[in-house]
Amino acid sequence: MTTIILSHIKLGDWLTILLGSMCVALLTIKFWGGDLADRAIIRSSGKIFREVSLNRDQRIEVPGHLGISIISIKQRKARITSDPSPRQYCVRQGWLQQVGEIALCLPNQVSIELAGSKKRYDSLNY
Amino acid sequence: MTASTIRLDTTSDDHHIARMAAIALGLTILENAIPSPLPGVKPGLANIVTLIVLSRFGWRMAAWVSLLRVVAGSLLFGNFLTPGFFLSLIGAVLSLIVLAFSRHLPSRWFGPVSHSIFAAFAHITGQMLVVFLWLIPHAGIAYLIPLFATAALVFGTVNGLIAARFIDNTDTLDNNTIESPT
Repeated sequence: MTTIILSHIKLGDWLTILLGSMCVALLTIKFWGGDLADRAIIRSSGKIFREVSLNRDQRIEVPGHLGISIISIKQRKARITSDPSPRQYCVRQGWLQQVGEIALCLPNQVSIELAGSKKRYDSLNY
Repeated sequence: MTASTIRLDTTSDDHHIARMAAIALGLTILENAIPSPLPGVKPGLANIVTLIVLSRFGWRMAAWVSLLRVVAGSLLFGNFLTPGFFLSLIGAVLSLIVLAFSRHLPSRWFGPVSHSIFAAFAHITGQMLVVFLWLIPHAGIAYLIPLFATAALVFGTVNGLIAARFIDNTDTLDNNTIESPT
């Protein structure tokens, strides 16, 4: 049985199967490699306010010290859309999508951190 | 009042295309009875017929059989001009385009298995593009790509093997009939 099957696969076919397997492996590493974040941890005043998945597009209003910060999640990316803090650093940081990226709004004390399957080191901990 | 009859002149090629498309349709119906874990992951058994026609009668007839199967199949299942129909159509068209090139690969080394795998990947690429650009424009579908690619590789190989089996059988039959009188 096996020999009958194998007799139909020519040398080039083996090459094609190898090429196809390599394609599948590369795609799996690229899309399932875990470098892209899959959830966002939203903190307010140091406490976890909510943990949301990046799969669903949504807008979240987070109450902070000064007022309400608005966080948007779109196309597996997250950002702080508006914040009452004076310097607006966290808003200007823009879209976050990699594991470990953080936007921190001060003095409103609202932050968003992206997390994935594995935790990576950043400059704050090592 | 005279009864008007519309008479189409059909050639034996047309009959052959119709016969092959009918077999492909049968396989499509058979395949729809198989439950699938993920919508879109299907063995694509009808492509076995396309591959056999391609190797025996050339690309033009294979294109006819494949496109007829898509249109007639959608009429049978009642999804003509629905998203599902366009997904099949784009898959079939891209596969045919890739087959038009891959059939010129040296046949000494590349058989139906290679053609089948190339066509399966073309099929899934077209479908993912349509899904992303038209149906679900969300980056989240990228998470399904590895699954679809694996399915394309596995089913492409299996369909190619089945087609190769049939093609080799008919070739040896032909050789026998040619050789037997001598």
